Parts: sequence; C-alpha cells; structure tokens
Amino acid sequence: MPTLINPQMMRQVIMDHYEHPRNKRIPKDDRYLKIHMDSASCIDDIYVYLLVENGIIKDCCFDGVACTISTASASIMTELVMGKTLKDALYIIKQYTAMIHEEKYDDSVLDEAIVFMNTAKQAARIKCATIGWDGLEELIHESEGEKHDHR
Amino acid sequence: MYNLKKIRSDFPMLDGKTMQGHPLVYLDNAATTFKPKAVLKAIEKYYTEYTANAHRGDYDLTHTVDVKFDEARQTVADFINAKKEEVVFTSGTSMSLNMVAYGWGAKYLKKGDEILLTQAEHASNVLPWFKVAEMTGAKIGYIPLDAEGRLTVESLRKTITDKTKVVAVAHVTNVLGFTVDIKALAKLTHEFGAIIVVDGAQSVPHLKTDVKDLDCDFLAFSGHKLCGPTGIGVLYGKYALLQKTDPFMTGGGMNARFDMCGEVSYLQPPLKFEAGTQNIEGVLGLAAAIKYLQNIGLDNIASHEHELRVYAISEMKKLDNVILYNERAEAGIITFNLKGVFGQDAATYFNSRGVAVRSGNHCAKILLTFLNTSNTLRASIYLYTSKEDVDALIDACKKGGDFLDAYFN
Repeated sequence: MPTLINPQMMRQVIMDHYEHPRNKRIPKDDRYLKIHMDSASCIDDIYVYLLVENGIIKDCCFDGVACTISTASASIMTELVMGKTLKDALYIIKQYTAMIHEEKYDDSVLDEAIVFMNTAKQAARIKCATIGWDGLEELIHESEGEKHDHR
Repeated sequence: MYNLKKIRSDFPMLDGKTMQGHPLVYLDNAATTFKPKAVLKAIEKYYTEYTANAHRGDYDLTHTVDVKFDEARQTVADFINAKKEEVVFTSGTSMSLNMVAYGWGAKYLKKGDEILLTQAEHASNVLPWFKVAEMTGAKIGYIPLDAEGRLTVESLRKTITDKTKVVAVAHVTNVLGFTVDIKALAKLTHEFGAIIVVDGAQSVPHLKTDVKDLDCDFLAFSGHKLCGPTGIGVLYGKYALLQKTDPFMTGGGMNARFDMCGEVSYLQPPLKFEAGTQNIEGVLGLAAAIKYLQNIGLDNIASHEHELRVYAISEMKKLDNVILYNERAEAGIITFNLKGVFGQDAATYFNSRGVAVRSGNHCAKILLTFLNTSNTLRASIYLYTSKEDVDALIDACKKGGDFLDAYFN
C-alpha cells in the first residue's frame, strides 16, 4: 500500500473487498475456533474462524450477513493476520482499533486497513468496522488459553 | 387549514437543528417522535409547581397531584373511548403486552390451547407469547399474510379453531404499515370464544382509535410514539378481563391490605396493576401530548400523513434504483431498499445528508423471510413532516448508489 492514498483509491479498496470478500468461507475442519458476532445496534451477523498452529495463524476466515463496512473490514483483516504470530496479530488489532477510535496508531502494520480511517465520521458504524476484529481478538485470547466470556 | 408551519414551531427539535452539516430531516417517527413544548411544559410544571407523590398524603400538594393524575387517566380514556378504570399506565407497549401475556395468558392458557400471531408482529408481541407457550404448553400458530403482506379476516377464518384462545396482532404493522381490520378480526375471534390482543404502538398515534367500536379485548400503546415522553404507555383492557388478570408486579399502591399470614387483598383495576410510585411526569406528559394531538385533530393528522405518503411514493416510483415493499400501505411508513445497496450502508449515507431513516429488520425478524431480504430501510412520517423532508429523502435516494460518500466527503 503506497503511503499516499487518495479517497478514490480507498473507496475502491472497500468496494473490492465488499464485492469480492477474501477468506469468506466456512471451514470444514473442527480444529478451528469459532465465534459468533452479532450486534443489537445493527444487522451485522458474522462468524469468525481461526486456526492456530504453533503460535502462528494458519488460517483465518469469516462468514455471515453484514454491511459493506463490516464485510470489507473483516476481509482485509483475514489477509492481514494470515501467517502472523498471535503476538503480531494482537498488535495489528490494537493499532486498527486505535485508528478507528481516532487515537494514535502505528500505520506501518495496517496496510489496506487504513481505508477505514474515516469511520468515526459515521459514529454509528464504528461497531461495523470492528465487529470482525473484536471476534478475532477473542479467538486469539481463547487459543492462548484465557477463555474470555463473550457477552 | 393544516398549519404545518405553526405545528413545526411547536417542536424544539425542529428549530433548525442540523445533522452532519445538513438540516435535520427526521423520518424515523415509527421509532419515536419529537415532543412539542406543551409536553415539556407539563413535565416541568410537575417538578416546579406541584411535586408530590400520588395517592399518598393528606396535604394539598399531593391532592393536586392526585387530581392531575386522575384527569390524565380520563384524557387517555376519552382518547380511545374507554372507561377511566380500563386504562392502566405502564412503561410502554412492551410492558403492556407482557402484562397481558403473563397476567392473563400464563394464568388461563392450558396445554393444547393455541395463540395466533402473524409474521409481521413486532418482537414485543411475539416473544412474551413464546414464553407463555413454553410455560403453559400452549401452541403458537401463525395467521398467513396475503401475497402483499396483509392480514385479512379471510386468512384468520382459515386459521382459527376451537383451540384458539388468543389472537395477538398489530393494528398497524411496524414494517409494512398495513392497517388491519381489527373490528372484523375481533368479531370472528369472539365467535370462537377467544380474546384479541391489539398492539396499537403504530396505530394509536396516527388513527382515531375507538376501543368500543373495535371491540378489542386488550390494546397496548406507547406515549413516546405520539409526542409524549419515553417510559410511559398504556394497557387498555375490558374491565371484566382486567379483573380476571393477575398483576405482573406487586408492591406498594396496589394492595388494599395484607397481614402476616399472607392474606392479601388487592385493589381493583387499574390500580392493582400500578405497583410502586408511578411515572407521574410521564403520565402528565402523555396527557399533554394527547391533548396536543386532539387539538390538531387525529383526522387532520391522518390526512396530512396520507398526502405526504402519496407524494413520496409517486416520487420514489420515478427512481429506478428504489425497491418499494409496501406501495399500497395505508400508514405513513415507507419500506424500501436501494438496489444493490445493503440497508445499513444506505442509512449511513442518508445520515451523511442529514436524513434520519431506520435500517434493519425493525424488530420484526420473522417478517424478513416473507420479504425475502435480510433488511430494509424504513422512512416514517408524522404530523410535522414536510414536503421538503420528503424531497430530501428522494434526493438522497437518487444519489444513494454512491453510499461511501458518507465516509469520504
């Protein structure tokens, strides 16, 4: 991703990931961890799946019905964390979440995910931009053995 | 003459507010409504001129509150042509429907009895009945909707049986806005010895409602959808039925006497349903809202809404990117989608243009299988909605294909 990215390109990236979401599939392997994320405040209703081997994200995918922002952000997320260590993945999630909430963040690890930098303009959609990421974060903690109660 | 300018000036929320840098266009009146100054004044007056509890004391202030509270109940009763003692104050439609389901349904329904609903019901008129069915062994059945999504008396005739004990339906459905012929349904329901419970949340604010004429057994509605405060609503019930219904909550203000052996005698309806200190500001605000609407005239409001709806539909039909789901509905509810745009994305785009519409399944989740879509947009109008508001909606529909503008402009 070039450092100078214009809004037109950002829109294209979002639409591309919405219309052709990457890793949008249901794995047929029962070793995957799975989490259901739905929201009372919107319609998004997605599942995130994670396969970890030796501390490395071997596969991450998602499925479900969701708006453009949540679909595209989940799609970009799966590509971004693929092959990463759990620690690196958590670092990326943290930077992304900081960006969405307009806090200081390290953009060097976010690649295409920076297209969501304007999400706070539509505050009602912050939840959409983070729903997949929140799910993945919980799955990572789960795989690390700290069972978090999900709502 | 319908003086829209004067009406709009009564609402502080319409005094030039903006959203995302655009004049606010509020088209989510099926969710909640703005409040006129008269309602705010009534609430303020209670807190600045005669604060005291109701039914509690022997001094002038509390007597004043009692009188006002009683007058408010009479105002509500007159509004729906009920008797004062048939009007129970609740926190809103959901609580009213729960009171019927638990206080009447759970007490009288038995295994094998049947509760009839429709796919178009709001969650508030579905989930309490699911729970009661689970508790009593009664069964849930659905009265089929016709191809357009309407509930007809013919359809009920085909579905109702001797086992049917409750028919629970909305007078105006919250997603499709069709008006149901409650009077005909009530007549048929009573022929089978069942009761009819009416969800009036979307009808009472817009249509002149006469419970005697409808002959419904229970009617539930909310204050905040008719320009009143949140947290106040009404359960109307025929008096004999209210007497047979158990209180949902027990506590102060609803018992006549009780002793240490557990002997309790409850007050008569409606007081037996009103345990604890009531939402006094809500009751007084509700009465002020009703008077405000009556002053303008429910029929005038209905014809204003109708005129705007007809205009909106004719404009929307000119656009080839709009899918309409309820073109022929009576109520001021317009349910639609923009072709190829997920409802939530469209709603966010509308927000960026200052237009407030609702996206989603509108708490009627089982309807979506009927409509064959996972979500819709809903624009809903009320007495203060203007032609300019509708124009802003149409304009946003035209450009809605570029919905990511919401983030980048």
